Amino acid sequence: MDFELSPTEKAFRDEARAWLTANAPRDGDGAGDMKAFIDSRRAWQAKLYAAGYVGLTWPEEYGGRGRSFMDQLIFNDEMIQAHAPDPINVIGLGMGGPVVIAHGTEEQKKRYLPPLLSAEEIWCQGFSEPNAGSDLSGLQTRADDKGDHYVVNGQKVWTTLAHVARWCMLLARERKETNPREGLTYLLVDMQSPGIEVRPLVQITGDAEFNEIFFKDVKVPKSQILGEAGNGWAVAMTTLLHERGTLGLALATRAQITAAELAERARKLGRGSDPLVRQKIAQHTIEARALQLNGYRAVTAVKRSGVPGPEGSILKLMWSELNQRMTETAMDMAGSGAQVGDGDGWKYQFLRSRANTIEAGTSEVLRNILAERVLGLPRSR
Amino acid sequence: MDFAFSEEQEMLRRSAREFLAKECSPKTVRKLMEGADGFDAAMWKKIADLGWTALGIPEQYGGVGTFLDLVVVLEEAGRVLLPGPFFSTMGLAVPTLLEAGTEAQKKDALGAIASGDAKATLAFTEPSGRWDASSVALTAKQAGGGWQLDGVKLFVPDAHTADYTVVAARSRGEGEEGITLFLVKGRPKGMSVKPLETLDMTRRWCEVRFEGVQLDPEAVMGTPDKAWPRLRRALDWSTAALCAEMVGGVQKVLETSTEYAKTRQQFGKPIGIYQAVSHKLADMLVLSESGRSATYYAAWAVDADAPDRSLASSMAKAYVSDAYRKVAGDGIQVHGGIGFTWEHDMHLYFKRAKSSEVTLGDATYHRELVAQALDL
Repeated sequence: MDFELSPTEKAFRDEARAWLTANAPRDGDGAGDMKAFIDSRRAWQAKLYAAGYVGLTWPEEYGGRGRSFMDQLIFNDEMIQAHAPDPINVIGLGMGGPVVIAHGTEEQKKRYLPPLLSAEEIWCQGFSEPNAGSDLSGLQTRADDKGDHYVVNGQKVWTTLAHVARWCMLLARERKETNPREGLTYLLVDMQSPGIEVRPLVQITGDAEFNEIFFKDVKVPKSQILGEAGNGWAVAMTTLLHERGTLGLALATRAQITAAELAERARKLGRGSDPLVRQKIAQHTIEARALQLNGYRAVTAVKRSGVPGPEGSILKLMWSELNQRMTETAMDMAGSGAQVGDGDGWKYQFLRSRANTIEAGTSEVLRNILAERVLGLPRSR
Repeated sequence: MDFAFSEEQEMLRRSAREFLAKECSPKTVRKLMEGADGFDAAMWKKIADLGWTALGIPEQYGGVGTFLDLVVVLEEAGRVLLPGPFFSTMGLAVPTLLEAGTEAQKKDALGAIASGDAKATLAFTEPSGRWDASSVALTAKQAGGGWQLDGVKLFVPDAHTADYTVVAARSRGEGEEGITLFLVKGRPKGMSVKPLETLDMTRRWCEVRFEGVQLDPEAVMGTPDKAWPRLRRALDWSTAALCAEMVGGVQKVLETSTEYAKTRQQFGKPIGIYQAVSHKLADMLVLSESGRSATYYAAWAVDADAPDRSLASSMAKAYVSDAYRKVAGDGIQVHGGIGFTWEHDMHLYFKRAKSSEVTLGDATYHRELVAQALDL
């Protein structure tokens, strides 16, 4: 057991830190004009990519850097310490790229990965539907086989970045099977195709971070199948594994910063002498640290055995619930004042955090996964 | 960075688990728990023969193995609720000796502990039950060329079987100033020990009275009046060690409860199929894994003398104290009526969780220390 970074890891950290200090714009979540926001995040990712900091763990032949998960973790930490904004392509980097690496053909890897890394092409994820949330295999969007192409009809919802995305990871039903997990096909759909309509979905924050996508007789060539036709469920599961794992690690570090901001807020509001506030903030800080340490253990387990340990599945569940508690504490500390104006930036976080326990697997689904796959309890469905 | 035990440490864990399964079965635990002093000298001899009493003690004092090796063994000891003075000796007394003992004291006491010839404990708490510096009130006065101790120590683990007792005393002033540590060998005149009837009978707490106890000047550990900074460091070691024992218990409760949920049938199905049960177990898993992460890090930070060693051990103790109590309570709930019986082992863990929670400071105390570290 050793928490010291190795000399090469230290060198990488120092190099990343120096670069971020010189180049990172300050983070500014949830504010301002949406187009300007998208443009600035896109430019930021392009800059990160040019400097070699995007796709750190991806293979070099597709534009990645072929580095270790530890280096990715180090870079995540540095990004957050520097208050650097996220790159625009969060869905593509967290899920799209990894799933193409895992299931794509050589041609697909060469075609999709480099522009995803450079932010020339943005990705979105078309899984959830109005009638298929946690029960994803109940989805109704159809992909009808027309020989050399499919015709897609249906509706997807909660789609982050759909309005600016070039590619959509679409899970659709090719044929009906007794087992609903069979007969699904995973397609990479060009969002510029005729028949696609994207409508913004205004959420409880007042922003339209999500969208609905309507597919009406959309032609998708068969070259756009990811994995095997009819075997889309396995590809979708890889996608979700990456969603919870990779994002979980990034979130673990973010929680540390949120906890530190809470302590700062308590001092600013003069609430630091209140024993209840002290206890709460200490507890949040401890949980954020435990979460981060779980992430470190997961990375070590992957490094040693090649297989992620149970710690990885726990990250997203812990973070989402902790983040809600932290934003509640931030609001509580300022009483009525927190509800006026932007509440020192916390009003948005307070509202936005309600989605944390729903998106990327509800807390209920994640507890099922822990119970069934880690503890080996019988399946409830 | 490498956040896992070494292959050798995993081997040590396997052999410790095997040994304890054989030598410290639930039946043995109950026998010792119901016995007069909760201690089995023959078992202690076997433990010493395995080298466990030498773990974390430097070689020059007869030790073999590191603190992290000790952490591995303590986790296994906590898993089976090992009765007797293993934690009080290795987790409480050894760190104070290492941090504050004179060379002569280390040679004598650590040597005897490492070889298995002696057991030891730390007498810190008094009737207030607090673990902060200002709670130390037992008086130490210079008298007759040596020292005289007067006062009462309470809730002292395993004092009745200890050959050495490290005593924190008030030699002057208040708070962190004026605390002196003494190494008391055996039972000098005026010192009396009375085991208490406590909730957790797998670990004996004692009342230790000092009435005009005369000690030689050589009994002082380090510099008179200035013991607190050394003692504080020792308590960091102790806290990490106790957390290791606690996460062993948490893991065992989780495993037992999960197994029960797989086999116990109601409404024609194993109860683990119902989400009201399985989600409870999932939450227990989160607590177990997170407590383990916090504990392992604390153990490393203390051992590596990292700048955050105190903070890390406070974070671990706060988290694990809450986690153990919650998991042990939920373990009873998952078991239903049988979990509430004397016959089932679940109550032993529930009681150990409670006694460990208050030992070395409860979650509220350690959260306050964390708040102070955050400059709140």
